[in-house]
Amino acid sequence: MTNYIGKAVRRVEDKRFITGKGRYTDDITLPGMAHAYIVRSPYAHARIISIDTSAAEAMEGVVKVYTGKDIAESGINGIPTGWQVNFKNGDTMKEPPHPLLVADKARYMGDAVAVVIAENREIARDAADMVEVEYEELPAVAGPKKATKDGAPLVHDDAPNNLCFDWELGNPKAEVDEALDRSHHITTLEFTNQRVVPNAIEPRSAIGHYESASDKYTLYTTSQNPHLTRLLMCAFVLGIPEHKVRVVAPDVGGGFGSKIFHYAEEALMIWCSQRLNRPVKWTADRSEAFMTDAHGRDHVTKAEMGFDKDGKITGLRVKTYANLGAYLSTFAPCVPTWLHGTLLQGLYTTPKINVDVTGVFTHTTPVDAYRGAGRPEATYLLERLMDTAALEMKMDPAELRMKNFIPPFDGVEQPGYQTQVALQYDSGNYHGVLERALEMAGYDDFRKEQEKARKDGKLLGVGFSTYIEACGIAPSAVVGALGARAGLYEVGQVRVQPTGTVSVYTGSHSHGQGHETTFAQVVADRLGIPMENVEIIHGDSEAVAFGMGTYGSRSLAVGGSAIMKSLDKIIEKGAKIAAHTLEASEEDLEFAEGKWTVKGTDKSVGFGDVALTAYVPHNYPEGLEPGMDFSSFYDPANFTYPFGAHIAIVEVDKDTGKVSLKRFIAVDDVGNVINPMIVDGQIHGGLAQGIGQALFEGAIYDENAQLTNGSYMDYTMPRADDLPSFELDRQVTPCPHNPLGVKGAGEAGTIGSTPAVVNAVMDALSPFGIKNLEMPLTPERVWRAMNS
Amino acid sequence: MAGDELLILFNYLNCKTMIPNKFDYHRASSVDEAISLMAQHGMDAKLLAGGHSLLPAMKLRLNQPGVLIDIGRLDELRYIKKEGNELVIGAGATHDDIAHSAAARSTFSMLSEAADLIGDVQVRNKGTIGGSLAHADPAADWPAVMLAANAQIELRGPNGARTVAAADFFTGFFMTALEDNEIITAIRIAEPPKGTGSSYQKFMQPASRFAIVGCAAAVTVDGGVCQKVSIGFTGLADGAFRASNVEAALTGKKPTEENIAAAAQLAGEGVMPMSDHFASEEYRLHLARVYAARALTAAVR
Repeated sequence: MTNYIGKAVRRVEDKRFITGKGRYTDDITLPGMAHAYIVRSPYAHARIISIDTSAAEAMEGVVKVYTGKDIAESGINGIPTGWQVNFKNGDTMKEPPHPLLVADKARYMGDAVAVVIAENREIARDAADMVEVEYEELPAVAGPKKATKDGAPLVHDDAPNNLCFDWELGNPKAEVDEALDRSHHITTLEFTNQRVVPNAIEPRSAIGHYESASDKYTLYTTSQNPHLTRLLMCAFVLGIPEHKVRVVAPDVGGGFGSKIFHYAEEALMIWCSQRLNRPVKWTADRSEAFMTDAHGRDHVTKAEMGFDKDGKITGLRVKTYANLGAYLSTFAPCVPTWLHGTLLQGLYTTPKINVDVTGVFTHTTPVDAYRGAGRPEATYLLERLMDTAALEMKMDPAELRMKNFIPPFDGVEQPGYQTQVALQYDSGNYHGVLERALEMAGYDDFRKEQEKARKDGKLLGVGFSTYIEACGIAPSAVVGALGARAGLYEVGQVRVQPTGTVSVYTGSHSHGQGHETTFAQVVADRLGIPMENVEIIHGDSEAVAFGMGTYGSRSLAVGGSAIMKSLDKIIEKGAKIAAHTLEASEEDLEFAEGKWTVKGTDKSVGFGDVALTAYVPHNYPEGLEPGMDFSSFYDPANFTYPFGAHIAIVEVDKDTGKVSLKRFIAVDDVGNVINPMIVDGQIHGGLAQGIGQALFEGAIYDENAQLTNGSYMDYTMPRADDLPSFELDRQVTPCPHNPLGVKGAGEAGTIGSTPAVVNAVMDALSPFGIKNLEMPLTPERVWRAMNS
Repeated sequence: MAGDELLILFNYLNCKTMIPNKFDYHRASSVDEAISLMAQHGMDAKLLAGGHSLLPAMKLRLNQPGVLIDIGRLDELRYIKKEGNELVIGAGATHDDIAHSAAARSTFSMLSEAADLIGDVQVRNKGTIGGSLAHADPAADWPAVMLAANAQIELRGPNGARTVAAADFFTGFFMTALEDNEIITAIRIAEPPKGTGSSYQKFMQPASRFAIVGCAAAVTVDGGVCQKVSIGFTGLADGAFRASNVEAALTGKKPTEENIAAAAQLAGEGVMPMSDHFASEEYRLHLARVYAARALTAAVR
């Protein structure tokens, strides 16, 4: 029975978004609400000598100014991190305090020093200028490798050499060294996977609302996971019992990871509201978003891959310095380690792998998960190595991949594939996606066209990327063993209303993904009812029992599975009621098309009638509870492993170095697909961001650790006219371990696309003997390389 | 101020931004009223037309006027027409108006080409040519085109109207020949002789979409020879300028690939180029040569 699954159903949420009726945090106005403006450090590293708030507080309309001293004296804690990664020698990682407002020192440009609360935002803004902060500027460091050098300025006095942790995974380094030593060829790349700024269209916002009569708190916030925010804020920062706190994440305009984390401003608004006994709102402006939304990537890496004379990979050795920024954000320690190192098997049978990661503090904005989170960094290094190796060994990059692919396995008849780096892949057919992508690209013809174009003085290039990602995050026991301080299951509650319509409460959170549509398709199909009869409710801790939120392409694979479990319970209970009504035994019933039928007869009872009976149990099975309302927790058995093959075709302008992306082909395998239109949209958006990193984006810090391009006049976002019309196709290899057979599609585009584009540019530039350039591949960078 | 201090100041401003300071607002019902309002409020007042340069500057508090005088809805400034052998563009014509004007295109195709390359749809819909010229951003597109078109810029102030040639109008970094309380009312561009072709070629700053280098070229070819060559550059230096050395090198020559290349090689000579994240001085000078050749080639095609 599939009336909806697999169909490109139009998104039900779009009506309110497109007509301007979405309700975002900043749209919420509460009676008596005051407005906050945060005074931030213009310096990356400075001692705070003094703060004089008297002029600001004397202004008409100013309610109060709080500083780091007020925060410190109130005895609350700083913002915690949610993951622990220890030193190789067993020492606990360095976890310096991250106060809501700093009292002693500012540790990155944008660090919060004071908060001004006023009757309106404009007064708060004007009063912020009147807060006199005397700073003593100190030397700062922005680069992660540089920060570990002796004598580098320290971000935290108790973290020598700015080290947070060092970490290793895979085969013993000696074994990998030996494998590489014995190799016929070694390809080496050293590069920076540059820092990018997430740039969700909606800036972060938070409203704290304390109600003294009931001693209850409500936080409205731009969050991808309101329940986790509540847990972290209540238990670790403010020490408020959770049952007294409601967290609402209403419509949220994009996150890309940056809204997963519990931010200081959230706890600060609750704290201010409690002190002032009135609601307080803060909304970031775009400059604040650039400076204070957790950034992504920022790895300095050396990667070496060995090959035998036939082109089979013999080993991989990776050393990375990961920039964590000034403080540890919620998932910061996990991203460059467990989300990066574990993906270094890629799609290949590499027998020996060792990855070594040093996590480093710097005087920069905290770094955390950004669309893909660790997996793009892993894919970038692997896929750049593959195309570079092909060039060096004069082999075809597609053939080199085919030669090294793990053979197809479905995870049912054939077992999952155990990697050298801790994971067991669920199912895969890696040859399939590349073959299809080559066919779509017309690869053989392209090489001829490229040859001809070179003779005409034109620089065409093709680049490949065959990627895998670990999504559907994550089995709680596994991540617990790896340092997670939370479980990563999901909650799905299905409440059948007496008239047979259905309310679904999910711990997943939609901030652009279209859950209200996709989840409703699943529920409507399973129950055999119209989609219009299904409502998806999310983002409110008072409505939804619990939840771990949306990130890591987990919503359908984990959140959808939790809903499926509850649907099973509904159908099981419905069968008992139907059997009673039909005077048949449960075993003789079948459930299809929204009704229970006695097999081989035309005797049936519909879902709506059964629902009504459950709530009006006059004629009812003995001993059965009334009602139809089930909640389930789903803890996945494994990660899911989407994969795919991306091909980029570029032309480089010889005169200027400007790269034009001519074609982009993406064949992705995300398992079963519920709504192909939404999946295509996810892939498109992901590709744009991945291509953005390759060609345009990148935070630029100067030698004083000043962010010098924190505006849309200076930071280049990819735009529609920078991109070709994407050519997409899909292969379907179902996930064997979740009920929907889905793997996740939110990050695939970002993970696969970046190296494909860079590889294509390197291919175009190969006549110049250029092998590696740093991202973003700006025109001047390419032009300089061609002319040096 | 040293570069570092400027940067710190900018970042400091950047730290607390996006809400402008408090200001008074007047909507002028005529150009004359706008002029008298300006006279009344003096240095504290700013004219608001499309607002696409002024408002961002106010949000960043780089500009903090106490009074805004809105001339954005003055119909008397918003027109494009032919008068005799002249094209007359009202200062309130939007970039989009010009992009879609047949009269503008038939006078100099570089006018519509440039209009089409400004900012994005929203900027083109709101931004005006008069506002852009008065602001004189060193990376704006119009100044280069005005120079190459030998435009005459009409100004009106408390003491009446006057006309200034484009070459005399742009006087430096965000500086023009506008006197206090003067307003741009129109731009006059003479119909070029037969055989004139033009082009505007722009290497965009990818984030802002301003010009890293923009080159406007108008070339009159008669008898197989370039009789008149006009080239305006923007983005390259601290203000738009005429490349008279390139013009001279091609004047009197045949418009061949070799002659164009040789003339274009002179582009940027003697110029102090700007430098930023997107283009160093050396790269800007290189782009000036490339884009001079491209604009000249397209103009004579």
